[in-house]
Amino acid sequence: MLPFYYNIPFICIFLCMIGGIVMPLQKSGKRSVRWTEVICFVVFGLFAALCLILTAQGESFSYKMGHFPAPWGNELFVGPLDAMLCALFALVLGLSLLGGEVTMHADILPQKQSFYCTMMCMTLASLLALTTTNDMFTGYVFMEISTLAACAIVMAKDTGEMVAATIRYLILSLLGSGLFLIGLAMLYCITGHLLMPQLLQRILLLSESGTYHIPLTVVCGLMALGLGIKSSMFPFYAWLPPAHGGATTGASAVLSGLVLKGYIVFLIRIFYRVFSISVVRSLNVTDILFVFGILGMILGSVMAIREEHSKRMLAYSSVAQIGYIFMGLGLGTDVGVMAAFFQIMAHAVTKPLLFLCVGRLSELRHHEKDFALLRGSAHEDKMAGVGFTVGGLSMVGIPLLTGFTAKLFFADAAMGGSVKMWAALLALALSSVLNARYYIPAMFAIWAKPEAGQPDKNMQANRGFTVAAVILTACVVLLGTAAVPVVRIIQLELSML
Amino acid sequence: MELLEKIISLRFEIAAFLLFGIGFMHLLVEKNLIKKIIAFNIMDSSVFLFLASQGYIQGRTAPIATDGVTDAALYINPVPAGLVLTGIVVSVSISAFFLALTQRFYHRYHTVNFDEIMILAKEKDVD
Amino acid sequence: MKKQHWKAFVDWVNGTAPERAPAAMPELPAKREKSPRTKPDEARRVRVFSRIYRITSLVVCLSVVCVLLYTLFHLPLFGAEDNPAVNEVVERYVEQGLAETGAVNMVTGMILDYRAFDTFGESSVLFLAISCVMMLLLKDQNNTTAADTLQLQRERETEREISDPILKKVVSVVFPCILLFGIYVVLNGHLSPGGGFSGGAVMGAGLILYSAAYGMDAVSRFFTLKTFRTLTTTALLCYALSKAYSFFTGANDLPSGIPLGIPGAILSSGLILVLNICVGLIVACTMYGFYILFTKGEF
Repeated sequence: MLPFYYNIPFICIFLCMIGGIVMPLQKSGKRSVRWTEVICFVVFGLFAALCLILTAQGESFSYKMGHFPAPWGNELFVGPLDAMLCALFALVLGLSLLGGEVTMHADILPQKQSFYCTMMCMTLASLLALTTTNDMFTGYVFMEISTLAACAIVMAKDTGEMVAATIRYLILSLLGSGLFLIGLAMLYCITGHLLMPQLLQRILLLSESGTYHIPLTVVCGLMALGLGIKSSMFPFYAWLPPAHGGATTGASAVLSGLVLKGYIVFLIRIFYRVFSISVVRSLNVTDILFVFGILGMILGSVMAIREEHSKRMLAYSSVAQIGYIFMGLGLGTDVGVMAAFFQIMAHAVTKPLLFLCVGRLSELRHHEKDFALLRGSAHEDKMAGVGFTVGGLSMVGIPLLTGFTAKLFFADAAMGGSVKMWAALLALALSSVLNARYYIPAMFAIWAKPEAGQPDKNMQANRGFTVAAVILTACVVLLGTAAVPVVRIIQLELSML
Repeated sequence: MELLEKIISLRFEIAAFLLFGIGFMHLLVEKNLIKKIIAFNIMDSSVFLFLASQGYIQGRTAPIATDGVTDAALYINPVPAGLVLTGIVVSVSISAFFLALTQRFYHRYHTVNFDEIMILAKEKDVD
Repeated sequence: MKKQHWKAFVDWVNGTAPERAPAAMPELPAKREKSPRTKPDEARRVRVFSRIYRITSLVVCLSVVCVLLYTLFHLPLFGAEDNPAVNEVVERYVEQGLAETGAVNMVTGMILDYRAFDTFGESSVLFLAISCVMMLLLKDQNNTTAADTLQLQRERETEREISDPILKKVVSVVFPCILLFGIYVVLNGHLSPGGGFSGGAVMGAGLILYSAAYGMDAVSRFFTLKTFRTLTTTALLCYALSKAYSFFTGANDLPSGIPLGIPGAILSSGLILVLNICVGLIVACTMYGFYILFTKGEF
């Protein structure tokens, strides 16, 4: 008999999936949103507890899904970091739903809202599964679940523009999964395994003996490329701004903050638990990721500067932030990956906060999205203004906020490498300046003096939003000031992988 | 000569990869959404062909123990078959979703040409 | 003559086929005009962009194919017995699959018992797809205009008027056979080739055929949105709960208490039969659901 807490990941995944299955039976949109939030917070609580237990005991475990152990049956593998990421994902998803609820009721037809909640549940399930799976093919299946659910929440706001954005999103996602699948098929035929521990053993043997060197390189490249396309790595970002910029507020927050991260976490797991980071480094895949990451950091910000539409600007900023993660990954060292993990968490709290605040501000201005029309709107909902300011400052990299801490870790990780160090430091500095170039004007715009016309007094206060924004702002500050325990958890897990 | 022999023995995999390229290309380039869907199906099917041919072992039969004989030397590899089965369902689901999106488009804009749709959708946004 | 048909087919695939107006139908309200004004510079920009895009994708595709083909020559040989893929994993699936899962069909045993989590995910993908299609195509004020409703009503009326005795007669004979065959395939999933997915697809096809011959109202009489929802949800829930039970007991090393029966009998192999029935129901409903949503937008 296992200790009971080993069952938590399994219970959470099934809770989300069963929740998603029964959700369409619920007629009322309000109630289905409530239920989804309850599920999210329950999952958050369970995983937070699991994370504490695992950190205290310094252990990680694999959990077999069925009666058969590793090379034969599916398995989950959970360490303290995975538990922490899952908890964070669930928390942010719940808060995004809560904060975007009013806009959702305006954007989505009442009879379709329960489907939207189904998709949210399934998104959470797929994120949890991608973060905890120990089996490559399970990873593929849940990647597809995540793709379908993400496309569905994009198109839930049913305008012609959004359906066009969904198509673009879907096409590039399909390319990504096609490449991943063919990589997986090749990997299977040179190793004969699908579970990560056995794959790792085989690949270490193969790389030692030098057999199948070329297929191994191609497989690693295809997987990185496939997952990179799905997580909008730099040259493949074209689908992201229309999809994330146009969706309903809660959906944008979830897509930008979480769905992209699910694929990246899976990619890092593949690097560590399938190929082992030293083999990946020797195959030179990290160098390519490094270059793409740097390009993304800079060009993503450049494009964000030129954007007037507030949510699309945030979406381009996501491209830049994903660039940071790939840069950290591209350094190919444990410290770099640690910084990447920290950035994943930092971005997962900051970007949803920004999206929710912008959504709330535009809600005050009859759903106008251009910054020119949002002038002075922060005075009508102080919390939204404060949230946007804190989030924006964090992205720019003001000390005490999480964005700064993440950049500090990246700079620290870059130290030591010769060429990469200078490239990384330069890119960090440049990208911070560029970030400031679009976030600071945006802040000035929303805090500008309101125009002479009387503001709409009949706008109701949005309690759900306020709660979500307060918690997320607190998270941003907390992750920035008290990063040490988080870092310790990441290091603990990396040492165990 | 040796190369030719190798090519002949690898004909299924070569066909699979060529088909993959065709599907990949058309998925990106084709303007017509229906053709894009067809291309996507070609691409996925090619991966299944590749997997199935990897599972094949010369001179063995399908892994169904009708007479209770369970000797590993008699049957082909069942794992790729299972993966293909799962993959097919995924691909059917995505095709259906894609087709539904296309139908929705057609309903709204009376065209399935994606370039036209992009222009029209943008215009709608401006109006 | 043949060429004309081919051209018509190509046009239809391209979506440029002229709408054939039914002869006896009174005037419908005019459809929205097709793109009254497209800004010329916008169109040119799109054209330039699409040319660059095409060339880039051509280069990317060619390089991907070349890399893949090059890799192929370094992969294990086709059909060889000593491929790396043939290892202890396969050995156990084949040699002990019968004893451990009770399924004669080892592929079924593998996907529904050894690697059941994948298969559960895959059924959820199917469920997600039908949910997405419902989200898009179930009638609502966004996707239906009065003209559409009118047209659908007219189509139904013509459907009722035009009776096709040959089709109906043939279907009345074939439909039960198809349904029966589908049920056979589902129930024998653990014994012979087939299983929930293929059997379900056969049953779904039967339903589609029936609805095509007898009109959609004939099926709607016994297959409403409510039946559809109850059936899929119950089947998927049943699947999820039984798998959750078996995962939980398996991981905690508890005995599952489900008898495997005598291999080869219909009532054998424990949960696999139940799972196959659930999957069959889901797939049949989903297939028919796709059809009906695409044609009509409601059940």
